[in-house]
Amino acid sequence: MLKKLLGATVFASTLLVAGGAFVSPALSEVVFNRGNSADPESLDPHKTSTVYEAHILRDLFEGLVMQDQNAELIPGAAESWTVSDDGLVYTFKLRPDGVWSDGTPVTADDFVYAFRRLEDPATGAEYSSMLYVVKNGEEVNTGKAKPEELGVRAVDATTFEVTLKSPTPYFLEMLTHQSTYPVNRASIEKLGADWIKPGNLVSNGAYTLAEFTPNDHIKLVKNPKFHDAANVKIDVVNYYPTEDRSTAIKRFEAGELDTNDDIPTEQLADLKAKFGDQLRIGPYLGTYYYAIKTTKAPWDNVELRNAVSMAIDRDFLAEKVWQNSMLPGYSMVPPGIEGYEPALASFAEESQIDREDKAKAILEKLGYTPDNPLKMEIRYNTSENHKNTAVAIQEQLKPLGIEVTMVNTDTKTHYGHLEQKGDFDVARAGWIADYKDPESFLGISRKASGNNYSDYDSPKFEELMDKAAADGGKPQLRMQDLAEAERVLIDEVGQIPLLYYSYKNLVSPKIVGFESNVMDVHPTRFISKQ
Amino acid sequence: MLLYVLRRLLTAIPTLFVVVTLAFFLIRIAPGGPFNQERGLSPEIKANIEAQFGLDDPLWLQYVNYLKNLGQGNFGPSYNLPDFTVTELFAAGLPISVQLGAMALLLALIVGGTLGTIAALNQNRAADYAVIATATAGTTIPTFVIAPIIQLVFGLTWNLLPIGGWGDGAFVNKIGPVLTLALPQIAIVARLMRGSMIEALRAHHIRTARALGLSDMSVIVKHALRGAVLPIVSYAGPAAAALLTGSVIVETIFAIPGVGRYFVDAALNRDYTLVMGTVVVIAIFTIVFNLIVDIIYAVLDPRVRYD
Repeated sequence: MLKKLLGATVFASTLLVAGGAFVSPALSEVVFNRGNSADPESLDPHKTSTVYEAHILRDLFEGLVMQDQNAELIPGAAESWTVSDDGLVYTFKLRPDGVWSDGTPVTADDFVYAFRRLEDPATGAEYSSMLYVVKNGEEVNTGKAKPEELGVRAVDATTFEVTLKSPTPYFLEMLTHQSTYPVNRASIEKLGADWIKPGNLVSNGAYTLAEFTPNDHIKLVKNPKFHDAANVKIDVVNYYPTEDRSTAIKRFEAGELDTNDDIPTEQLADLKAKFGDQLRIGPYLGTYYYAIKTTKAPWDNVELRNAVSMAIDRDFLAEKVWQNSMLPGYSMVPPGIEGYEPALASFAEESQIDREDKAKAILEKLGYTPDNPLKMEIRYNTSENHKNTAVAIQEQLKPLGIEVTMVNTDTKTHYGHLEQKGDFDVARAGWIADYKDPESFLGISRKASGNNYSDYDSPKFEELMDKAAADGGKPQLRMQDLAEAERVLIDEVGQIPLLYYSYKNLVSPKIVGFESNVMDVHPTRFISKQ
Repeated sequence: MLLYVLRRLLTAIPTLFVVVTLAFFLIRIAPGGPFNQERGLSPEIKANIEAQFGLDDPLWLQYVNYLKNLGQGNFGPSYNLPDFTVTELFAAGLPISVQLGAMALLLALIVGGTLGTIAALNQNRAADYAVIATATAGTTIPTFVIAPIIQLVFGLTWNLLPIGGWGDGAFVNKIGPVLTLALPQIAIVARLMRGSMIEALRAHHIRTARALGLSDMSVIVKHALRGAVLPIVSYAGPAAAALLTGSVIVETIFAIPGVGRYFVDAALNRDYTLVMGTVVVIAIFTIVFNLIVDIIYAVLDPRVRYD
């Protein structure tokens, strides 16, 4: 067991244990050492985009609403809220005991400032589109309106009002995303770019920032001014960037880490045997798919796209290539969103042999045989697993008369090529939910989306997505609309979904309250250590 | 001599200028940019971000601005880690890489030098073969194999060392990385030392020294060693520049927050300013260590004079 010195860093204690010294455990300080695959891009909520900073920011800040240990929506800086009958105006009542770590109260003005800052083009926020659902959100962000014209206002010090463009039933879910967290205006205006540094950062969450050494660790300490501080059990949380998965496993085994958020999937079978219940794998809201250039011959033929999709053996990919760390996927929206039934590909229930026969028949009809093969190029970004997936698909499609070649580029080149609408046949992509709603996954296939790499453009799909937006006030109907839209997308093979992601956490038995959930959200304030 | 050093340092300035210019334009030829990622950005949002970093200016203007800032010692912000400037990243990481590299180099010179000398003195005997075999193994086993083995054996099995992390510079945290960095260098230095020592021992002045009845120790240390270390000095210069600027493999496997990783990550992430920072740092280290090698040569070899 790892012994701890009062006030000593975990490294120092590692050294003591390693050196064989015995130190009596301190009674007061509980330290949680958390492995996080990568360092955050930034700790400024308005400049973040990845899940790695989401974990840290969730500990540092508190948005209007938050997620609990099961990823369920709970009140955050707002203790309650009301929605107008037309679904357009959200009125949040801030909690009276909400304070910043410097002791000043969290006010409605802080949220007005934060929301405007996120949309202000001068901020250069990656996730500014999160508030495009707010009145004038997009206009402000694209310079067509002034930040003051954004549909937010402080009614009084503790009442914050947001006016939306159109009814958006997932608006509250969106507010759980870190880009909508408040920031402290006084410290930003006083310190400029340095406001984010340890010692300067004023936050309103359960923890405050104590240290940040890039590529080494981020140390957060409990915020005694947090309104629920009495129930926060972990005193210090250290986030370690665990870039090298194999090292992370060894550090976990040696007790240097209490949890880690990823594993080397190629070792999955061994790790399962070694760690048993400590290794937790389950469905995570993310889809691994191939974009297919729908505007280019021969891929503009729906039947042909369907034949390719049908012929891919997803069970093999999930079991053999990904060692069951992914699940076979037949829809763009993964299962796990309450009230939504994903639209699966029509062939999902058929056996692989039947599917291959069908695909072969279609290909033959279109004139493609092993002697006169269809040429298909798969582009993927560098990763052993992406490569193995493409190679497996190459093998699967070969007997059907599809000759697959592969182009591997680094991540920046890959996405740069896709973004600039470069030429390709099929390209690897993935999507992780920002918020728990089908919209998050279907929106990327809309004509105007920057992520629509397939150039999918279907009037029927657009119409149904618009209808879903218009039905925003009627949640059930809206879910039906979305499912119908996905049905169109899947039947027309606008994208080729292949796999659903899984979370892969290593959790020490000493850690309590690290509950598995589809968003893989684990706020430290609900976790304790025995 | 002083004049020579000054002249060398002055000629370094145009060299640096050429290196910076080449790097600036080469990295921009690479496809994609710092803000291409799994989640695509709409053109408007991307334009906002690029404007923030001045990437919307014409390339020549970006270059002029970069040179201006560089002249004031300002390397700019990192694009992918915007909470830090490039200077801050190097200020935090470079001392760590330099420490590990210097320790590894010192270890390599002492252990490799000693092993090489022992082998030379015992040419074609058991000790010689043992050193040669170890040296061959040392150069052929890659660091990405050595590092996990050290972690497994000393960390997990024997619980003597931490698996990874910097530990605020605790000595035990340095042992694994330093050993991994030093092992291949020990092998190279041992082989070089063996070869040059054998040659030095055959020299006329050594025979003379022996004939005059000097002790073995005195012959080796005072007379042979001086000539024998010259090849090692020329090797150690560039090796030091490489070792002191960190190793991406060792830093990643041992989770060490040095700067070695930036040489790879920055280029892969198209983090233009960070790439430029790494280029300038490695260029300065190379220039300085080559100069040091030349100076040491002058001290060791009386035939070399820079006047």
